[in-house]
Amino acid sequence: MVVDELLRTDTERTDLLFHALADGTRRDIVRLVLEGEHSVSDLARRYPMSFAAVQKHVAVLERAELVSKHQRGRERIVRGRIDAVRDVNRLLDELETLWRDRIQRFGDVLAEPDQGDRP
Amino acid sequence: MTVIDVRKDPTELSMTVASEWDAPVARVWQLWADPRKLERWWGPPTFPATVVEHDLRPGGKVSYYMTGPEGDRHHGWWRVVAVDEPHRLDLEDGFADTDGNPDDTLPTTRFTVTFVELPSGRTRMLIENRFPSREAMDQLIEMGMDEGLAEAMGQIDAILADS
Repeated sequence: MVVDELLRTDTERTDLLFHALADGTRRDIVRLVLEGEHSVSDLARRYPMSFAAVQKHVAVLERAELVSKHQRGRERIVRGRIDAVRDVNRLLDELETLWRDRIQRFGDVLAEPDQGDRP
Repeated sequence: MTVIDVRKDPTELSMTVASEWDAPVARVWQLWADPRKLERWWGPPTFPATVVEHDLRPGGKVSYYMTGPEGDRHHGWWRVVAVDEPHRLDLEDGFADTDGNPDDTLPTTRFTVTFVELPSGRTRMLIENRFPSREAMDQLIEMGMDEGLAEAMGQIDAILADS
């Protein structure tokens, strides 16, 4: 098991991550459980699909390490894993910096008088 | 002339930057439509952009390169998906090889620019960035994931600065 974890490459993890996020219901589940934990049966009530189908979605998310599952009494509780979303966030942060810099330069160019105004 | 809002949605793989300008829509539009103006803000001072082709019509192409401190050239392109002057621009943004031909092995991003006229001659500009496919995001993320921290982050900076 530990060896499996070590052998699992970043590429495989990324594949799992994006396979998991490629589905609308799964993205919705991630959003929900990042805000607060939900039981599997609670999640199943929210979607027009069978309990088993929701359970499958949760399993895909769990393999991608986007959520974790915990037993509490007779309930299985699903929680979001912030650390997995972090990688996506990091790229979006880079993109934000890029655009903030561009917008700043955009303002500099816009502030100049038009060449047409002053030949 | 400020960024007023940035919204990031990691599950939808998108980011929207809203800005407001003390200038009418037509002037703000010109910064995209005039290649000489565009090249002055697209690239950072250390990687200034030179626009080679500029055809802002549906299906049209904009190609450019950015020149690095060592004289190294990094080529990129836009494909114009839709255009509605002076209200909306829908573009695909990608990398190109040294001859300026689109490089299909590197990911593309899609961005939509919306221009909204505000009272008293002001303009709001919304730029929405989206990763069009799982593979595109996958590849960009991987570039940042498999390397050791600082060096890799510097590479991403450079790659993103080129896009």
